[in-house]
Amino acid sequence: MTNTETSATLTAASTSKTLRGEPKGRTGLARILLGRDAVMIGLLLVTIVLFALFIPRFASPLTVGFLLLDVIPVLLIAMPMTLIIITGEIDLSVASIAGLTSASLGVMWAAGFDMNTAILLSILIGVAAGAFNGVLIAFVGLPSLAVTIGTLALFRGLALVVIGDNAVANFPPEYNAFVTSKLGATGIPTVMIGVLAVVAVFGVLLHFTPFGRGLYAMGYSKEAARFVGIDVVKSKFWLYVASGGVSALAGIYWTLRYSSARSDNATGLELTVVAAVLLGGVSIFGGRGSIPGVFASVLLIGTINYALRLGRVSEVVLVIVTGALLIVSVVTPSIGAALRRLGHERRIRRELPRSDGPGPTGA
Amino acid sequence: MSTTTSQIAPPRRSRLSGLLRARELPVSIALIALVGLTYAANPLFLSPQGTKDLLLNATIMIILAAGQTLVIITRNIDLSVGSILGLVAFGTGSLFANVEGIPIWAVFAIGIVFGAVLGAVNGLLVTLAGVPALVITLGTLYIFRGVNNWWAGGTQYFADDRPDAFGGLAVDTLFGFPIITLIAIVVVVVLAVALAGTRAGRDLYAIGSDPAAARLFGIAIGRRVFFAFLANGMLAGLAGVLYAARFNSVGATTGTGMELNVVAAAVVGGVAIFGGSGSVVGAGLGALLLTTITGALTALRVDKFWQQAIVGVLILTAILIDRVASIRTARRLKTGAASEEKK
Repeated sequence: MTNTETSATLTAASTSKTLRGEPKGRTGLARILLGRDAVMIGLLLVTIVLFALFIPRFASPLTVGFLLLDVIPVLLIAMPMTLIIITGEIDLSVASIAGLTSASLGVMWAAGFDMNTAILLSILIGVAAGAFNGVLIAFVGLPSLAVTIGTLALFRGLALVVIGDNAVANFPPEYNAFVTSKLGATGIPTVMIGVLAVVAVFGVLLHFTPFGRGLYAMGYSKEAARFVGIDVVKSKFWLYVASGGVSALAGIYWTLRYSSARSDNATGLELTVVAAVLLGGVSIFGGRGSIPGVFASVLLIGTINYALRLGRVSEVVLVIVTGALLIVSVVTPSIGAALRRLGHERRIRRELPRSDGPGPTGA
Repeated sequence: MSTTTSQIAPPRRSRLSGLLRARELPVSIALIALVGLTYAANPLFLSPQGTKDLLLNATIMIILAAGQTLVIITRNIDLSVGSILGLVAFGTGSLFANVEGIPIWAVFAIGIVFGAVLGAVNGLLVTLAGVPALVITLGTLYIFRGVNNWWAGGTQYFADDRPDAFGGLAVDTLFGFPIITLIAIVVVVVLAVALAGTRAGRDLYAIGSDPAAARLFGIAIGRRVFFAFLANGMLAGLAGVLYAARFNSVGATTGTGMELNVVAAAVVGGVAIFGGSGSVVGAGLGALLLTTITGALTALRVDKFWQQAIVGVLILTAILIDRVASIRTARRLKTGAASEEKK
């Protein structure tokens, strides 16, 4: 606040100097190369190269395969979550929706449904669960954090009601094989094509459509977004529907990959996804973030986890690393901003005539 | 109790006080109805042993929910409480196992200080870096849990590792109340009085209602929020020590996943997730209600699988009630202001 006041005084003092004296924002290539996304992607590449050099057996198709198979659920769910957090909301029920779809898929298959029908119905269940969140948050106007903590319990509970303590495991082998199959010798899982399609859809939606622009506007200010003609309610509703649908996909993938439908599948995944999205540069206040950043961040966490496991570093350390990364990534920019502000103020004090000094601080 | 409403000029006292009670009223009614119906169906539910189990199960959640309330009122959130509890619980176990004949009060003191240190880490990061608490405490949730995994490894401490007197805290009763439950009640009463009656407590509501206004008013927001996190850490530490007394084993995964239950208990108890309103008593009742459901379903021989779904419905109902209440308040204030203008 004092910042704007001092610069206002500065403008009044000498109009000729201000604009030239202020540092310019980055433009063109520099903006792309020094932006948060580029830093994340660079960090990811450096990490991969370092691990490939120093960790035996890391650079192999087998690694690529298992690593990607591991990150797919987080990668999928992180996409709608990015859009939702950009609007300033959150969805904590995603892992429970995945669990619910997993349970229903298992029960339907056990009850003799055709596998394709069962998968389709499971996706519909996920979409319905997302729509339930959407109605409560968008139409009724309840806080999303509280609502999705509620539905986190509710959907997980329904999963328990549906399947109980049982587990369904005897899924058709060709489905399991398809989920874990690789593209030739590259080690890249076949399903990755579908996952990339989902990533592309959300990327285009966010970065190249008016709808996406609107989401940023909503994150900055809902009032303002409404005034410029964005249908805030409908946008929010569809985001939660999308989140439910994608979580269902993740649930089905999980079920088929481990060939096990259980009520507790994907427990705790919601916090991993939120951590990955925030690490990817999405602001929890909304209004800032991008799909490439989140994509790189999910892969970064996945790579570190996998490499440390390969290097026989215990699971423990990865948990600490994830947490530390998250905190460092959000604290660093604010420390940087504080330093810049300090420099800015010092410069202004140097340039200002002394008599104006006490004015702004007194106000 | 809830200062937000009383801050907005109180033209009609009686109705206002009615509304004040309304915050804890729905959850109290639900609790009484649940206990009553269960008792009617299965009188064993309220036998001395049944009551004792009920209270014991709720104790730790009540303390955590009370601490969480302090933080949520300031428009923050602390997701790391489960990890703090786990760390302190394991610390308690290892103290008894490694330090011969350590007095119980010392263990309590060390546990609370340990929790306070962890809470201070949260508080410092949140206030100094100016980063949202959700992000910071999500990070510390992972870090504290990781540290616990590292420290504990495969080690677990069991009931045999601790002195009988310590385990006795969860078994012995005073006036029919288990001793650790009495501790929880004392905590809730002290916090409720502090929140409603002290300057610092009322500042927390002001910060949560409107941070900008609170800053203009000269409230030391950073310091107050820091102390809210510190106090929450202390309470999580206390809960960790009590956890070690109550449960048979503590290890690397103790307290995992507790954070969302705690927030849920506070929300059910009428603590608004966006700060500024709610009470410690409400949060305690919320915690009691959520844990009572488990016991009630068992006593009613309802399929235990329904339990979590019911908890979910309850949370949603609670925020719906809160929403309706706040809309009504807004409308009443508007009409009140209009009628005063006419005069």
